[in-house]
Amino acid sequence: MAERPTQTPPMPGSDRLLAEVTQAGEELARTHSGAHDGPAEADEEALAARFKEIVAADGKIEPRDWMPGGYRASLVRQLAQHAHSEIVGMQPEAHWIGRAPSLYRKAVLLAKVQDEAGHGLYLYAAAETLGVRRADLLDALHEGRQGYLSFINYPTLTWADTGALAWLTDGAAIVNQVPLCRTSYGPYARAMVRVCKEESFHHRQGFDSLWALTHGSPRQREMAQAAVDRWWYPALAMFGPPHSASTHSERSMAWRIKRFTNDELRQRFVDVCVPQAEALGVTLPDPELRWNAERGHYDFTPPDFAELRRVIRGDGPCNRERVAHRRAAHEEGAWVREAAAAHARRRAARSADAEADSGSGSGSGSGADAGDAAGSGGAAAGTDRPGGARADAEGMPA
Amino acid sequence: MTTAPPTAPGPSPAPAGPPVAYVLRPADDALIAAQRMAQWCTNAPQLEEDVALANIALDLLGQARALLTHAGGLEGRGRDEDALAFLRDEPEFTNVQLVELPNGDFAHSIAKLLFFAAYQRLWYERTAAARDPELAAIAAKAVKESTYHLDHAATWTERLGDGTEESHRRMRAGVAAVWPYTHDLFAADPLAARLAAEGVGVDPAELRPEWLATVEEVLTRSGLAVPAGDWAPTGGRHGVHTEHFSLLLMEMQSLHRAHPGVTW
Repeated sequence: MAERPTQTPPMPGSDRLLAEVTQAGEELARTHSGAHDGPAEADEEALAARFKEIVAADGKIEPRDWMPGGYRASLVRQLAQHAHSEIVGMQPEAHWIGRAPSLYRKAVLLAKVQDEAGHGLYLYAAAETLGVRRADLLDALHEGRQGYLSFINYPTLTWADTGALAWLTDGAAIVNQVPLCRTSYGPYARAMVRVCKEESFHHRQGFDSLWALTHGSPRQREMAQAAVDRWWYPALAMFGPPHSASTHSERSMAWRIKRFTNDELRQRFVDVCVPQAEALGVTLPDPELRWNAERGHYDFTPPDFAELRRVIRGDGPCNRERVAHRRAAHEEGAWVREAAAAHARRRAARSADAEADSGSGSGSGSGADAGDAAGSGGAAAGTDRPGGARADAEGMPA
Repeated sequence: MTTAPPTAPGPSPAPAGPPVAYVLRPADDALIAAQRMAQWCTNAPQLEEDVALANIALDLLGQARALLTHAGGLEGRGRDEDALAFLRDEPEFTNVQLVELPNGDFAHSIAKLLFFAAYQRLWYERTAAARDPELAAIAAKAVKESTYHLDHAATWTERLGDGTEESHRRMRAGVAAVWPYTHDLFAADPLAARLAAEGVGVDPAELRPEWLATVEEVLTRSGLAVPAGDWAPTGGRHGVHTEHFSLLLMEMQSLHRAHPGVTW
């Protein structure tokens, strides 16, 4: 793809977070993983002690290791919500692919939305290591039993919203996810290292897209500012309710699934955004936003948590549409998935017959297609182009 | 969008280079096919397919951008890929009608992809040996992509043809609906025929026997057949399009046209 020549300046603060991801990835490669060398048939108490020991030593818990039921349930909840956020989160951006104002921007946006589907795939796969099935998680999403990040329920009203959404909500996702690269569950931590690296491109692209607008015509500048005004608070709300009101925080922190409070992460995000907004030439819509030298942080007005609760409950501007869209795609695709499964079964049976006829005992080739029955011929199609995850969020409907 | 003056000096007359119109045909095919394919994004029957179809759309968009840029260069009037994509009107587009047809259901879209990718692969294969080195390079890269697209479509055609009763019925209906539009791919084209005779281009009419062998093999393997009937709508290469096309262009071009002359 021919790159668009760009004069966009560097994005302040982005290198530091990415360096943390790289470091977490390197640590992960060295970390002692799992309790495999522990007692094989130990009693529950010994297993629990071993689990605690690994977590306390910043080791990794692996799928076959013993883990407390609550730990498993917390991870499933968090991974499912994260995966759902990826795939429902495709919608507000896909809304503009058809109208992208240049072919370069169309390619970038399409690749980003595709990356989100790829991230959904890894995260569902990570969840499946905990003994749940993707199909069941999708049912839970479609039936409203599991949720996704609240910002996805806001509309992308103009082209500038795709830039503001990527800059602010992907930025917030990165701040949220960088610590998850060190989370105690191995498959989740490894997925996050990969996701964060890819995600930083999206964040950068959002910044780049907004920069073009803030350095464009008066109408483009106006469009950019209005979009930033719309997305600032949905992005701040992504960190969830304040720590004092968060239902899952305490335990998740003890288990080292989560490593910082919602408030700490939100502050970190604000501190990263202010210089970026200055570089872009946009105003963040908070008259109280100012540097506090004593604290060494920016003071800011927190999001309206009553609004967050309303949106989580299902009464945001787009909740109904987002879920209906997902459900429609799933239901309209049911006949395709059934056909793929039926074909795979038939193929496996034919191949088994052929082997029986030839008297060959090696069954390794049978049902070559069965493995991707629910998948697709598209394995080669670009799962190598992932990126674009969303963060864990507290307080979503469980 | 760069806005070079219309008097910008073009390349000095190069007899080896094909005329702009010849390059715009595959460029428009790829662009419009990408625009349609991207409409599957968030609507695919499963997540793997969202990834795969978006990937195909990206390949097609990449081909379109390279070809449009090349066409703009050959023309030498300072039109870049965006000027050609967003500022031409319906009759100036010379894509085949096949690629502008609405997506329909998944089987319908797979039928479109099967027929189009089989054509594109052959066209790119021949063009990879073209005398115009830039066009040859674009084609050499694209041939790998369309080989994959064809494989993806063929795999799904077989799955659906040999899947359930419903999927078989839908796949057969998709093939039947799309088939008449495949004739446009091979319709008599004096420009292409002349260039082929001069050794500069490919005459699509010559590609049909090999194309037919490829798609017939896939259809047979899938328990399907080449549909009967001789209705053969054509005209895409002359800027004649279906009713669906103006709506597609309206969506694609609206935002760009609403802000003339700006940079995105």
